[in-house]
Amino acid sequence: MLEWRRRREPSTLMLWLSPLIAIGLTMLLGMIVFTAMGYDGFHAVESIFVTPFIEPQRWPDLGVKAAPLVMIALGLAIGFRANVWNIGAEGQYIMGAIAGTGVALATHGMAGWWILPAMAFAGVLGGMAWAAVPAFLRVRLQVSEILTSLMLTYVAVQGLYYLVRGPWKDPDGFNFPQTRMFGADQTLPAIMPGSLVHLGIPAALLIALVAWLLMEKTTAGYAVKVVGLAPAAARHGGFSADRVTWATLLAGGGLAGLAGLFEAAGPFGQLTPQFPTGYGFTAIIVAFLGRLNPLGIVFGGVVLAGTYVGGEIAQTTVRLPQAATGMFQALLLFVLLATDVLVKYRIGWKVRVA
Amino acid sequence: MTTAILVSILMTLVAASTPILLAALGELVTEKAGVLNLGVEGMMLCGAVAGFAVAFSTGSTMLGLLAAVMAGVATAMVFAVLTLSLTANQVATGLALTIFGIGASSLIGAGFVGRTITRLGPVFPAALSEHPWLRAVFGHDIVVYLSLALVIGVSLFLRRTRPGLILRAVGENDASAHAIGYPVIAIRYAAIAFGGALAGLGGAYFSLALTPMWADGLTAGRGWIALALVVFAAWRPGRLLLGAYLFGAVMTLELQAKAAGITWLAPELLAMTPYLATVAVLTMMSLGRRAGRANAPACLGKPFSAS
Repeated sequence: MLEWRRRREPSTLMLWLSPLIAIGLTMLLGMIVFTAMGYDGFHAVESIFVTPFIEPQRWPDLGVKAAPLVMIALGLAIGFRANVWNIGAEGQYIMGAIAGTGVALATHGMAGWWILPAMAFAGVLGGMAWAAVPAFLRVRLQVSEILTSLMLTYVAVQGLYYLVRGPWKDPDGFNFPQTRMFGADQTLPAIMPGSLVHLGIPAALLIALVAWLLMEKTTAGYAVKVVGLAPAAARHGGFSADRVTWATLLAGGGLAGLAGLFEAAGPFGQLTPQFPTGYGFTAIIVAFLGRLNPLGIVFGGVVLAGTYVGGEIAQTTVRLPQAATGMFQALLLFVLLATDVLVKYRIGWKVRVA
Repeated sequence: MTTAILVSILMTLVAASTPILLAALGELVTEKAGVLNLGVEGMMLCGAVAGFAVAFSTGSTMLGLLAAVMAGVATAMVFAVLTLSLTANQVATGLALTIFGIGASSLIGAGFVGRTITRLGPVFPAALSEHPWLRAVFGHDIVVYLSLALVIGVSLFLRRTRPGLILRAVGENDASAHAIGYPVIAIRYAAIAFGGALAGLGGAYFSLALTPMWADGLTAGRGWIALALVVFAAWRPGRLLLGAYLFGAVMTLELQAKAAGITWLAPELLAMTPYLATVAVLTMMSLGRRAGRANAPACLGKPFSAS
């Protein structure tokens, strides 16, 4: 008989191997599920997990979609490490975009190098402010940040609808619910001429590097991990759980806000009701796939960006509905959580004791 | 005239409250067994789409409700296998379940957008269900009466029966319950299944009774509000009923304000109220600490392994 045996220590090898196993299993499962649903399962999986990575003309799009995912996931992962479950990144992402757009609309028609940094600053502050509410409620009143951060996402979405249909509606926009287009000095410069590749991509990589140094090489990063793993030890060690909660939520909110502003000032160039695309939720999958490690998250972000890019390819190649992308993403997280059992357990032969 | 308006408001209130009440009651039982399932929203969406698909294909709303319950249980079992048998993190798995439910329901529901079915009708004959004011009591559909019966049933089960006591013991101290010889994992499987069944039914109430149609993300975060309600109710079924109807009142107010054509407050700002109310309620619960988390099952969200 086969049986699960608890490992004496979690396996580091399996910790890093299980995401790869999970991706493989997801491809297999996806093939079966979508074939059963009457689609061309093999080519659906090929479009989503292979094509975006082997066709160089897809890489710019891959980078554009990976950048916000990586930025948001970096902030979330730092929180998850400390057992701070901020699941409202989507709301912080929207609020960052709203705050930055506020600056863009206020500086409409102006020019100057300072406008874009001011927008980015406002974006970070907007995301931070939205995350500060759950932080305050958890630290001062012990209210679960899970529910409050999520509820505020719905509020942010409605706030966005209100602004683009009401006070911020483009006066020359034929009554469409959208803001003015941003001007040249309010738009992220393209770093590859003629493509959508913008400054957000190197920024995301740089932030990942900084986050890695912070988490692995500084006392602050160590404090975050200790608070998450052993709250009692953290208290004895003089690490304040409250400060860690504040810091991780503000970092998560700020990064999500910056990602939102980059998206608004980059690919969108304005705010529309279509702005919330669910990056804030997908980033949760990215964080787990990247093992809550900043460098792993870059890998996870590229894989999940692939599902978006590939999902669009599959819509034309095998007529897969757009919703299939979300299914593949969720399937990946499920399978990853399942394969993680290999980190804590190993399979062995049951020895019968006579 | 006033009676007619009051009765109609009451009917809307009951209808708006019922799906949250069902989902929250299921989650309450799950949490009483020590398991935090954050996938309520996902299970509701799967129930909603399964219920609609079956009701549309067979023409039977009852079969639709049954399918919704089964879909809720099926998705809950995925959560149960991952968290109980494979000891995955409950928070992460619950989130995964919600993300999965959004994707799967949207995929399955794509073919049903814009289709209509016959709304789930009242139980009692027209003489009662269409009576000007008696309909306030007799004018509801079967799910409403079922939800009220379930509140009483769950309350009695948890407080007065032996299996209910064992379920609570598993949630309060899994190690001791295991030591005495109770099958902790099996009991948690059952509690999660019950939670899934009621979440599925609650979801189907949207697609079969409230709207009745299918649209992506039909439940609009009600599953998360149900989770908050369990905290508000301090894990007591009676208070859950009160809380669900309070939320129903907030949502009815929102609908009435929209219908009355209130212009000084934008509809988008009105639509924020259920979510802001949830945050406010959670905050108030924390301020009145005595009844708050003090009553949470001690093992809530903690993994258990027998070895």
